[in-house]
Amino acid sequence: MYPVQDIYSCLPFVLKNSSLLYNGDLLSTKISRESFIRSIADLLRKTETELPDDVVNAIRKAEAAEENQVAKFQLRAILKNLEIAKKHRVPMCQDTGIMIFFAEIGSEFQPGFDLEAAIREAVILATAEIPLRPNAVDPLTRKNSGNNTGVGIPDIHWKLVPGNQLKITAAPKGAGSENMSSLRMFNPTETGSIKNFVLETIVNAGGMPCPPLTIGVGIGGSFDAAARLAKESLLEPLDAPMEGLEREIFEAVNALGIGCMGLGGSTTALAVHVKTAHCHTASLPVAVNIQCWANRHASIVFGGDE
Amino acid sequence: MEYHLKTPLKKEDIEKLNAGDIVYISGEILTARDEAHARILEMEEKKEVLPFSLEGAVVYHCGPLMQQTENGWKVVSAGPTTSGRMSKMTPPLLKAHEVRAIIGKGGMKDVADALKNGSVYLAYTGGCAALAAELIKEVKAVHWLDLGMPEAVWVLRVEEFGPLIVGIDAKGKDIFAEVREKAQKQLENQG
Repeated sequence: MYPVQDIYSCLPFVLKNSSLLYNGDLLSTKISRESFIRSIADLLRKTETELPDDVVNAIRKAEAAEENQVAKFQLRAILKNLEIAKKHRVPMCQDTGIMIFFAEIGSEFQPGFDLEAAIREAVILATAEIPLRPNAVDPLTRKNSGNNTGVGIPDIHWKLVPGNQLKITAAPKGAGSENMSSLRMFNPTETGSIKNFVLETIVNAGGMPCPPLTIGVGIGGSFDAAARLAKESLLEPLDAPMEGLEREIFEAVNALGIGCMGLGGSTTALAVHVKTAHCHTASLPVAVNIQCWANRHASIVFGGDE
Repeated sequence: MEYHLKTPLKKEDIEKLNAGDIVYISGEILTARDEAHARILEMEEKKEVLPFSLEGAVVYHCGPLMQQTENGWKVVSAGPTTSGRMSKMTPPLLKAHEVRAIIGKGGMKDVADALKNGSVYLAYTGGCAALAAELIKEVKAVHWLDLGMPEAVWVLRVEEFGPLIVGIDAKGKDIFAEVREKAQKQLENQG
């Protein structure tokens, strides 16, 4: 997938082996703090400069199928932009996003250092060296921290899983699409209104969230859990089959004709993914998280089975 | 139609453009987003003089990612930001200054009327920031850096900056509004 000289393809190997060196303990899953920070900063560069193959393929497919000339023109500009960003290792979009991470930590994984503090340090390092646009501000004074960190940022979602690995996914999120997202607490009898709510959200958003979009829908849980489900849905592979409600929403969204950047066209969404969770019998939370065409995310796994 | 325009833009350059046309711009463009718009209007109210000229200007809704080097500022990534946030501030801006073109993404609601006196809205494909950076040849000046890197006003020299699509022309035709109306109708039909 990546050229041989690409550091990412060999990172897990390097880390595993350097960790053995540092700890001198074959059973340990410990990694050095320094190499961890280095690889998270590298992960951020990869995330900011190239899209996952499934996302690029979905944009290519949209370009090939598009009949609206203005939309086709713009989809080509997006593909050209992706080539330039990858080639020069520069961020594909100037909105390099707010720093969001999803971490799955094995219950037997022992880092031996403060992982959150190390991720924060990696963000500061990546901000200076890639560079990233400093986007994190105080919500009221609007004062910019200058290094993409702040209270609650990076936003790290931890999940405890079995095993001895640590998987970290970086998913920096731009504001253009995040601002168009929506959440509503429905009455439990209104399941039939979910599709319409998603469509309303997409029509209100128009060209503002930079379509073609990935649409993540979270149904159930609670007020905040629905939003998290919606956000997690954005990480699903775009070539994963869409079923039932997903396909129904997908087809209805593309029939709206909003198209690339809201200037018309047949592809408004590249994919719709839905995640559900059980919820209180008296409630029906529904969240719609919108993602622009730049569905940036990449993962790295530390530790393992040595 | 495809047009290659040079700044400062004249009224007649703009009046010949139709919604859907493709435009490339060479010359000087200025970035301005939320905070810069607010300050421009505040200064206008106090009758203060701006440190840059907006007459015949091209305003780019963009919060660029810049890097300071030994040889001055370097553009790393500079795509358009969501113009919708500047919708309310745009009619008073156009009233106070003869801005000829606004470049952004996503369009702006209720500005077609304000554009009718020889101004256009040009859509640059959102997110295409690496491509844009290649077409920006020089950072000529920066004003109001106290607003932060994205919110400052950057004066940029560009060559063949585009492709830009005329989203709202000077005759009041607004492609975004047309697409929005169609989508709204489709939504109602489905419900």
